[in-house]
Amino acid sequence: MQFLNGITLLLVYQLVGEITVRLLGLPIPGPVLGMVMLFITLMIRGKAPASVDQASTALLSHLSLLFVPAGVGMMAHFDRIADEWVPIALALLLSTVITMVATALIMQITTRWFTKPLAQKGPADE
Amino acid sequence: MNEPGLKDIWVYLSASPLLGLTITLVAYGLAYRLYLRTNSSPLANPVVTSVAMLIVLLLATGTSYSDYFEGGQFVHFLLGPATVALAVPLYQQFSRLRQLWLPVTISLFCGVVIAAGSSIGLARLLGGSQEIQMSLAPKSATAPVAMGISEKIGGLPSLTAVLVVITGITGAVLGTKLFEWIRVRDDTARGIAMGVAAHGIGTARAFQVSSQMGAFSGLAMALSAFATALLVPWLVDLIESLFPA
Repeated sequence: MQFLNGITLLLVYQLVGEITVRLLGLPIPGPVLGMVMLFITLMIRGKAPASVDQASTALLSHLSLLFVPAGVGMMAHFDRIADEWVPIALALLLSTVITMVATALIMQITTRWFTKPLAQKGPADE
Repeated sequence: MNEPGLKDIWVYLSASPLLGLTITLVAYGLAYRLYLRTNSSPLANPVVTSVAMLIVLLLATGTSYSDYFEGGQFVHFLLGPATVALAVPLYQQFSRLRQLWLPVTISLFCGVVIAAGSSIGLARLLGGSQEIQMSLAPKSATAPVAMGISEKIGGLPSLTAVLVVITGITGAVLGTKLFEWIRVRDDTARGIAMGVAAHGIGTARAFQVSSQMGAFSGLAMALSAFATALLVPWLVDLIESLFPA
C-alpha cells in the first residue's frame, strides 16, 4: 500500500504540473514543474513520507530501464541518422565530452573559491 | 473450427502491448545480468545491450517500432513520474546543496549553456540541418524534458529521445576515464558533471562509483532538467539572432 500511495502522489504532482503548465503557458515541461512542487512540499513538511521515498527509490534505481523504449526508437530514425551521421555523431560525442570536462573543472574550481569562506561562518542550523 | 496456428498467435501477440512490454523487461534483465557479469564495466552498459537486443529482435521478426511501442510505452511513461521523483534525492541532499549552492549554481548554468551551445554550434559547423541542430540542443537533459524542449524549438522529439539515450550512454561510458584524465577526484564535482552532461543514464553509472557521486549526479540531473527547460529556448533565440543560419 505504501508503494501505491507513493506512486499515486508522484502521478498527482505530475498531473498538477501538466495542468498548470498548460493553463499558464509556462515554458517548462509538466513533470519538471511537478518535481519543483514536490520539492517545495517536502521542504515545507520537513520530511519525505516513507511512501514517497519508497516509490521514488524504486523508480530511480531502475532509471536506465526507462530509457530503453526511447533508445529502440533509433530503428525508426535509421534513415535520418544515416543521412547526417557525421554531424550527429561528432557533435554529440564532442559536445558531451566538452560539457563533462568543463562542468567538472568549473565545479572543482568554484568549490575551492567559495566553500572556504562559507565554512568559516559555520553551517546555519534550522 | 480450425486449431489456432502459430501464425494466429503471432498476429494476436504482435497487436497486443503484452509482447512489447515483456520483451523490454526480459531484454533489460538479461542486459543487466551481463553488466554484473562484466564487473559493471561501463562498456557493457545495460541500456546499450538491451536496445541492441531489442532492435535485432524487432528487425528479425519484421515488427515495426510503433507496434513495439504499444507495449514499450508503459515503461517509457514512467519517465514522467521518475522526473517528479527526483525531488526526493534533491530534498535529501539539500543540506549539502545549501553549503555548495554557489559553485553548484555556477557549474549548472555553465554546464547547461555549454551542453546546448556546443551541440548546436558543432552540428552547424559540421553541416547538420536546422532540425538536427534543434534535436541535439537539449540532448543532455532527461528524456521527457528534452523531448518537450525539442518540440518547442523546432526539433523532432522522437529523434531527440534517441539522441538523449546515446548522450547518456556516451557520458556513462567515458565519464570516469575523463575525470581521471583531467584529475577531478572529488565525487561531488564528478557527480555534478555526470548529471549535467549525461542525465539518468550517467546517474545510474555514478551510483556504481559511489553513493555520493550518485546523489550529486541525481541532483544535477534534476536541477539541469529545470535549467535546460528555462535556458535552452532562450539560448536558441540568442544564437539565431547572433548567427543567423
